[in-house]
Amino acid sequence: MKADPRDVLTGTYYIDGDVAIAYGALAAGCKFLGGYPITPSTAAAEAFARKAPQVGARFIQIEDELGSIASVLGASWGGQKSMTITSGPGFSLMMENIGHGAATETPFVIINVQRGGPSTGVPTSTGQADMMQARWGSNGDYEVIALAPDSPQEGFDFTIKAFNLAERYRVPVMVMADECIGHMTEKVVIPEASEIDIEPRRFFKGKKENYKPFKRDKSLVPPMAKAGDGYKMYITGLTHGENGHPLLNKKKLPDLDSAEVIDKKSTNRYLVEKIIKNKEEIIELGEENLEDADIIVVSYGIISRVAYRAVELARKDGLKVGILRLITVWPFPDEKITELAERVKGFVVAEVNYGQIAFEVDRCSRGKTNVTLVPHGGASVHDPDDIYRAIKEAAAEKKRYKGLREYTTSMELSVFGESLEEKYSK
Amino acid sequence: MKSSLKKEKHPMEKLLRMDRIPHIWCPGCGIGNAVSAFAEAVQKLNYDLDELCVVSGIGCTGRAAGYIKTDSFHTTHGRGIAYATGVKLGNPELKVVVISGDGDLSAIGGNHLIHAARRNIDITVICVNNFIYAMTGGQVAPTTPNPAYTTTSPFGNFEAPVNIPRVVEAAGAVYVARWTALHMRRMKESIIEALNKPGFSFVEVIAPCAMYYSRINRLGDGLNMMKFYYDNSVIKHGEPTENLDIGYQEEIIIGKFIDRERPTFSESLKSWKEEHGKGGEGDEE
Repeated sequence: MKADPRDVLTGTYYIDGDVAIAYGALAAGCKFLGGYPITPSTAAAEAFARKAPQVGARFIQIEDELGSIASVLGASWGGQKSMTITSGPGFSLMMENIGHGAATETPFVIINVQRGGPSTGVPTSTGQADMMQARWGSNGDYEVIALAPDSPQEGFDFTIKAFNLAERYRVPVMVMADECIGHMTEKVVIPEASEIDIEPRRFFKGKKENYKPFKRDKSLVPPMAKAGDGYKMYITGLTHGENGHPLLNKKKLPDLDSAEVIDKKSTNRYLVEKIIKNKEEIIELGEENLEDADIIVVSYGIISRVAYRAVELARKDGLKVGILRLITVWPFPDEKITELAERVKGFVVAEVNYGQIAFEVDRCSRGKTNVTLVPHGGASVHDPDDIYRAIKEAAAEKKRYKGLREYTTSMELSVFGESLEEKYSK
Repeated sequence: MKSSLKKEKHPMEKLLRMDRIPHIWCPGCGIGNAVSAFAEAVQKLNYDLDELCVVSGIGCTGRAAGYIKTDSFHTTHGRGIAYATGVKLGNPELKVVVISGDGDLSAIGGNHLIHAARRNIDITVICVNNFIYAMTGGQVAPTTPNPAYTTTSPFGNFEAPVNIPRVVEAAGAVYVARWTALHMRRMKESIIEALNKPGFSFVEVIAPCAMYYSRINRLGDGLNMMKFYYDNSVIKHGEPTENLDIGYQEEIIIGKFIDRERPTFSESLKSWKEEHGKGGEGDEE
């Protein structure tokens, strides 16, 4: 389906990433934003609030983040494409209902314009340290989808993509932007509505009495119903079966012990399977010069732009360097990394944290190659030279298969001015 | 042995999920009364059940959504009202009702309770108050009277309990009433009034917790407590909400306290739009 022309603000703009994200949401057909202001994501909510009346969308500033995400879930079941926008600490507060959204297979989008952390951290400066929280933040087992834009233009594009994925897989989808992207002003081109593909919500078509909210078809994703259409559905965060009702009712299922009920009767397994089995469809990667590469730089979000410069510098020195950019960070491209690990001398992972995705890269390389983390404490981004030095070091490494993980911090932690060992050995 | 009794249908079969019954509530619990009163109110109003939606939070009363045959949502702890706000804004045609407990609505969900009342969102909240956290095994609640015993106030509760009607009135609710679980007819009438009232309406139901509150305080069984609340309540319509504090085994003032007009969220939004927001073509209202 194509986007509704009334929702699309076609034109060429010079706007920041936050605003681009808001325009992306509008273009995707988002009709509800429940949010709570938090730097550096606020401009996105503000832009949405300004434009919402024009497109018949609703913005409401709920009293806190816990309520914001709850209202987003409610609005989604009310039949609207809905989202919330937040940043680190707000993201933490939303975790419980992200789990509820995953368990009840509620489609919605969360924009996390990441800032430095932990805790209140650096509200007006950047970070990439919520990546693991995005994956594992809520209790229990589930899969989500997370995308990492590297520019305001991608803020726009990926927000649409996020809505499409959310509707297709009935899953919370996160756009893991960061402060740099949120506050960076660049050219953003919004195409005609006829050029934007929109995934419509797949509604149940059969008889109302036959509707089971979590009964899936081949795609592993059940069709949806909306409150008010007379399906009389019951939606709960408790572990449930196809009909949506909680399991572990001894009176109803007296023969089964709880482990068996959860394993055989609950829809829990599908929360994971529907994403993992559709991984190939979901995962998108940016690849450059991987064929002959000795060293592969893995990065995502804003740092992929820094990494490109570092690779350019390395190439000038004749190093065989490739780039693997994670556009979809979750689900993680395990197989791709494993396959590359077989034949490269090492990975260099640059990210604005002390190693979150680097652990994943190391996990997937299964001891077949070296993984070098180029960390950054946040508040700003790497100098391309830092990544370049790490590439050079990794390329100079003699032993190819170390089998052991070795992180070399090629960048001195400039906040301390000296390495931690030096500082504390005195 | 073959029963010769004619199998009669439950009078509320249209409204309750009979396949989920027996319910999980203990004998002598008051939640069932509140749900019955709600079901009777809905039946009396002759609502199209497709247009009704029930949202609950967590806890014993949180399970209410699971027994009512409408679109119903069992949400996270405390977030029922915020969730309901989203449902209402997502589909403004719906009549949205929140049925949940005192702990869910006034403790963890206290913020949403206040702000939904302030916004005068068009929802009805039915709060079953049993003075204790029951599902988790009888811990102290913000409503626990002074000095009742609970498992986390083993030497008696010394904290001042919250007077929920006063809080919601101060925040701006347009309808506030309180009944005990045995005032079935009056409770039903109140729920009917609340459902008919545009804006944020609130009905508190004082209910016994036979399993935890009455046992640890040696107050007899659920029926004894229900009777006690009934016998020790006085109906004072229009009583200022500041007088509605509930003491330990003391007189409880019940009745309809607030019934007033204020622009609802939808009305305010509509008039705001007429004044400021010239929406584009896509505008739905």
